[in-house]
Amino acid sequence: MEIKDADKKRLLEDLVLSHAPHIRDKQSVPLVMWLVVLALLPATVFSCYIYGLYVALVIAVSIISALISESIMQYLLKKPITINDGSAVITGLLLAMNLPPHVPLWIPAIGSAFSIIIAKQLFGGLGYNIFNPALAGRAFLLASWPVEMTTLWHKFPGGYVITNNPLFDPSMPQQLVDSISGATPLGALKEGPKVLHELSLSTQPLYDFLFSKAMIKSLFLGNIGGCIGETSALLLLIGALLLLWKRIISWHIPISYIATVAIIMGIYYYFQGIPNLQYAVLFHILSGGLILGAFFMATDMVTSPVTKTGMIIFGIGCGILASVIRLWGGYPEGVSYSILLMNAVTPLIDKLTRPKVFGTR
Amino acid sequence: MMIHSFHGGIHPPENKHFTNRIPFKYLSVPQKCYIPLQQHIGKPATPIVEVGQFVEEGQLIGQANGLISANVHATVPGKVVEIAEYHTPYSEHGLCVVIEAEGSFSTSGKVREKNDISTLDRDAILEKVKAAGIVGLGGAAFPTAVKLNPPANRTIDTLIINGSECEPYLTVDDMLMQTHPEEIIEGIHISMKILGVSKAYIGIEKNKALAIKALQTAVANTKSENISVVPLRTRYPQGAEKQLIYTITGREVPSGGLPMDVNVVVQNVGTIYAIREAVLFDKPLIERYITVTGKIVKKPGNYKVRFGTRVIDILEECGGLTENPAKIIMGGPMCGLALNHMDIPIVKGTSGILFLAKHEVEVDSFRPCIRCGRCVSVCPMNLMPCDLGNAVEKQRYDIAEKLHPFDCIMCGSCSYVCPSKRPLSHFIKVVQTVLSAKR
Repeated sequence: MEIKDADKKRLLEDLVLSHAPHIRDKQSVPLVMWLVVLALLPATVFSCYIYGLYVALVIAVSIISALISESIMQYLLKKPITINDGSAVITGLLLAMNLPPHVPLWIPAIGSAFSIIIAKQLFGGLGYNIFNPALAGRAFLLASWPVEMTTLWHKFPGGYVITNNPLFDPSMPQQLVDSISGATPLGALKEGPKVLHELSLSTQPLYDFLFSKAMIKSLFLGNIGGCIGETSALLLLIGALLLLWKRIISWHIPISYIATVAIIMGIYYYFQGIPNLQYAVLFHILSGGLILGAFFMATDMVTSPVTKTGMIIFGIGCGILASVIRLWGGYPEGVSYSILLMNAVTPLIDKLTRPKVFGTR
Repeated sequence: MMIHSFHGGIHPPENKHFTNRIPFKYLSVPQKCYIPLQQHIGKPATPIVEVGQFVEEGQLIGQANGLISANVHATVPGKVVEIAEYHTPYSEHGLCVVIEAEGSFSTSGKVREKNDISTLDRDAILEKVKAAGIVGLGGAAFPTAVKLNPPANRTIDTLIINGSECEPYLTVDDMLMQTHPEEIIEGIHISMKILGVSKAYIGIEKNKALAIKALQTAVANTKSENISVVPLRTRYPQGAEKQLIYTITGREVPSGGLPMDVNVVVQNVGTIYAIREAVLFDKPLIERYITVTGKIVKKPGNYKVRFGTRVIDILEECGGLTENPAKIIMGGPMCGLALNHMDIPIVKGTSGILFLAKHEVEVDSFRPCIRCGRCVSVCPMNLMPCDLGNAVEKQRYDIAEKLHPFDCIMCGSCSYVCPSKRPLSHFIKVVQTVLSAKR
């Protein structure tokens, strides 16, 4: 076959010149982001089912607010508008998942706007933000409107503590039932002992009730009060498995985070003399959004370390902070603050865990 | 023996099935050969022929210039019609000797007589390698005689033969090992004699089962107890020199150092084959095997090509393409060079020509780094490509300098995995260039 000059010219028409490598992996930022959204979907849908359709509205408002804020900021900052990369959708969705189910709709609207405008775009946009935008938004809301953020939990018929729980003891003092019936399990753990101390009653029945097999089952499957996203540990774990399988996240942060909480709680309740130690540990793992936080928020690539060693240090740090907040702090749960605090030291961790270059070891 | 595992690495689609069962074929000699005087690392050879002069096949036309350089020979018999600058893989203005084929081949196709090398001493054998103009055929094209003759203060105890061929698509080394295992063993014995080493390893990725088997059989048949075939995990960049040495010996070439710093010399299987040809038959390096491949190539295969044959001539012989290429790559897809036209000649370091169609080529613009750490986890040198890339983007070469840019081996794994499609290895190349210019 002979190639003529005209053919030669035609052959070169579509030629692209660029530096090696000439082939690329299929993974891309939009693919990563949309897979995270997909992974959150089972838990989201289940939330709408268990708390009612109002939750769907909260989520929708949160996401739309995030998308609008992102477009406006990118327009004002004269940047390409990248709302289709999925990152703003994740921020909106995650923020909604960190809200109580019955918040007024202006809460997600303002929260998402804060997340995107202040925590993300003013820091330089995707890749440059120091704090996880969704968690920064939640912290902002919690500081500004604490009542709306901590009281509007879902009330199951008869109060969550009573729901289908064979262990519930009808002889529990009414004051205790009142104080914990509308709270989350961790809220009950924080408030219940105080009430019982005031009444000079033993805390043992409360611990027996919270650290029970039935409670663990409820926490795992999801018919329990809490934030929109923390209902079902099972569905969150299914989503997490998808991300692990697709290598969007690695095990380092979530496992070190959860293991640290488990160890600290195990030691603490061992010295407290709690008989059902395994349930006490599982109670802390499955409640308070630890699963959601460990697998979906602490693993946020932008705000967590890049090295594997760094990731483990990050996870352990989160675990210590969350445990300290839960056991001795003012909040019943400590997942979001633990992650935000560790976000702040991520650059330092990255610097300290820089791998030893080949040939210099 | 213990196999060590280097850090990181990637698994790009191998795409070797296009050509890994296709036996070698000769390509016909082109009418005109454009033979660059620089086909190696080091100084270009000095032309010693004149325009109008007739040359024989294998005649010396370029004399090695200085310590690190290599001889260049006429790859076809004929008339020197031009000595002029042409676009070569190494330079846009590379001096080439253009030979118009004419006359008869003096060596090709003739019965050859083996030299008896048992009477020759090491220096005499090394001289033959040097005279033949052999360079590393794995791609780096470092003059082989220099590599086989380390300074007196260095002792070499191990020879490693690189048959890993970790670049996707390429199958020349695989095919050479499948079809010429005994010749390779012979070449290894010669190289061991030159280096005075008593142990040699042949590293081959496990995806080349036929090559592994062929060489194991050849080792057994020749009773070469001092040569071991080492099957290696299939992982890019297994064939990178430092990673290969580490995998087989556990020795880490120091930063900024050379294999000889850890008493090792590495040679590609193709180079070993060329050494045998030169030493036993006094054959200069005038041709090599290359893989011509890609989904859009009508007749992909492994071809024996004379240096100076242009890409366009090769394409004609391979039946052309089924659609327009979006990229023409000299070498493999990970480290190869993208060409902007097809008049570029094949040189000693060319291992293949790859044609990629539009849908196989990523032309997306890149996004900001999202700090996912994938580049850090795949970097075989343990660098922080993300930080290097960010520093370059901000033109903070002072920051980049502290991140070991010169340890980068340009394997491209970081760019390959980056979900933001950042050209990380290119950024590192930029740091190297800028910092070298400052020094």
